[in-house]
Amino acid sequence: MKTYYDPQDLARFKEIGKNAPELGERFFDYYNAVFADGALSEREKALIALAVAHAVQCPYCIDAYTVACLEKGSNLDEMTEAVHVANAIRGGASLAHGVQMRKIAEKLSM
Amino acid sequence: MLLAETLQERGIELRRASATILQINVGFKCNLACRHCHVEAGPSRREMMDVPTIEAVIAAAGRLQFQIIDITGGAPELLPGLPRLIAGLAPLAPKLLVRTNLVALALPEFTNLMELYKRHGVCIVASLPSINPGQTDAQRGIGVLERSVSALKLLNGLGYGIEGSGLKLDLAVNPTGAFLPPDQTQAEKRFRQDLERKHKIAFNDLFTFANVPLGRFRNWLEKSGNLGAYRKKIEESFNPSTIQHLMCRTTVSVDWQGFLYDCDFNLAAGLHHCGKKKHVSELTELPPEGTPIPIADHCYACTAGTGFTCSGSILR
Repeated sequence: MKTYYDPQDLARFKEIGKNAPELGERFFDYYNAVFADGALSEREKALIALAVAHAVQCPYCIDAYTVACLEKGSNLDEMTEAVHVANAIRGGASLAHGVQMRKIAEKLSM
Repeated sequence: MLLAETLQERGIELRRASATILQINVGFKCNLACRHCHVEAGPSRREMMDVPTIEAVIAAAGRLQFQIIDITGGAPELLPGLPRLIAGLAPLAPKLLVRTNLVALALPEFTNLMELYKRHGVCIVASLPSINPGQTDAQRGIGVLERSVSALKLLNGLGYGIEGSGLKLDLAVNPTGAFLPPDQTQAEKRFRQDLERKHKIAFNDLFTFANVPLGRFRNWLEKSGNLGAYRKKIEESFNPSTIQHLMCRTTVSVDWQGFLYDCDFNLAAGLHHCGKKKHVSELTELPPEGTPIPIADHCYACTAGTGFTCSGSILR
C-alpha cells in the first residue's frame, strides 16, 4: 500500500459488508433510505452530505458527493456555499469554545 | 465491454420497431460552438441542406406517415430554406417540432421565425442546460444564459409555454460536464420554480439528456482527461430495460445531404441506416420492423440509468 487513500477504493465501499454481512446490509439499507427523496429532495441531501464530507474531511465522500451534487443539478455556486456552511460551523464551534477559555482565564486572573 | 458484447451476453438484439419519428438534421452551421455538441456544429461549418434536399424530405414526409417530425441541426434558424421546410412539413404530421439554442432565435434577423412557428403550430424544444450562468456559459459561450432568457421571454410573450395557448415550449437539459443528468422530474420542478421566481418565465415540459461521447464533447473529454472515466460511467450504468424504448428503434434520421440513419448520434458517427448510404428520395416505405440497427459504444449514453431518447428520460 503506497498511500492510505486510493480513489479506486471508493468503488470497494460495499466490501465493508464482508465478515459482518447483516450489519453491512442494514447500514446500506439505512444509507439508501436516508438519501432518498423525502421532506428534503435528493439534491438538497447531497448538498448537506457535501458539506459534512468537508467537515469530516473524508476524501472519498468529497469525491462521491461532488459528483452526486452535479448529477442532481446543483452548481458550483451552491456547492461552494455548502462548503462555507461547513466551514462556518467548524470555525464557529472553535470560537464558541473561546467563551469557556475566557471563563476559566477570568476566574484565574486578578 | 463493448455494447455489442453486453447485448449479446444478455440475449438482447437491437432492432427497429415501427417508425413514427422523422428527424431532420438540416446541417452543422450554428451561431454557437457548444462544448458538448456531438455534431461539432459551429459558425465555421458550411454544411447546410440545399433546396432539392428540402423538397426531397418534404416529399418523403408526404408519402409516408410519421407521428412526429423533428427538425434539428446545427441551428435550424440559419437554414435559408427553413420557412419552406416548416410550411411543407407542418400539414404532414400531427406534431412538428423545431429545436433551438434560443440565442439564434433571439437574433434580430430571426425573431420573425417565432411568428412563423406560431402560425404553423410548431412545438419548440429549447436548449437550456442550467439556470446558473457559470454552468450555461461554460457549455455554450459567454452571455448565453442572458440571451437565452431574453428569447424565452419573447416566446412567452407570443404565448409559447403559456398554459391554454396550445403553443408548446419544452426545455432540453444536457449536463455541463462529464457527469450524468439529474432526475428529469426533479429538474423540471426546480427549473419551473427558478425560472418563474427569477425571470417570470413559463414552459411546458423539460427533458434531460446524457451527453454522448462523440464530436466536440468527446474531444473535450479527451483533453480534460475524463474520457476513460465517462465511458466507464455510462457503461456501468447500462440499463437493459431502456432498450425497447430507444429512439433509434422508431426514428428515421436524415442528414443535410439527405442520407438516412437510425438516430442523430449515428448520423454524427457516420453509421448509416442498414449500414449503407441510402437517400431520403429512395425511401419508398418505412424501414421494416426487425431491421438491425448499427451500434457502437456511444450508444451506452442512451442506455445509461433511466435511459434517454430525443424526448428525454425513458424511465421516470
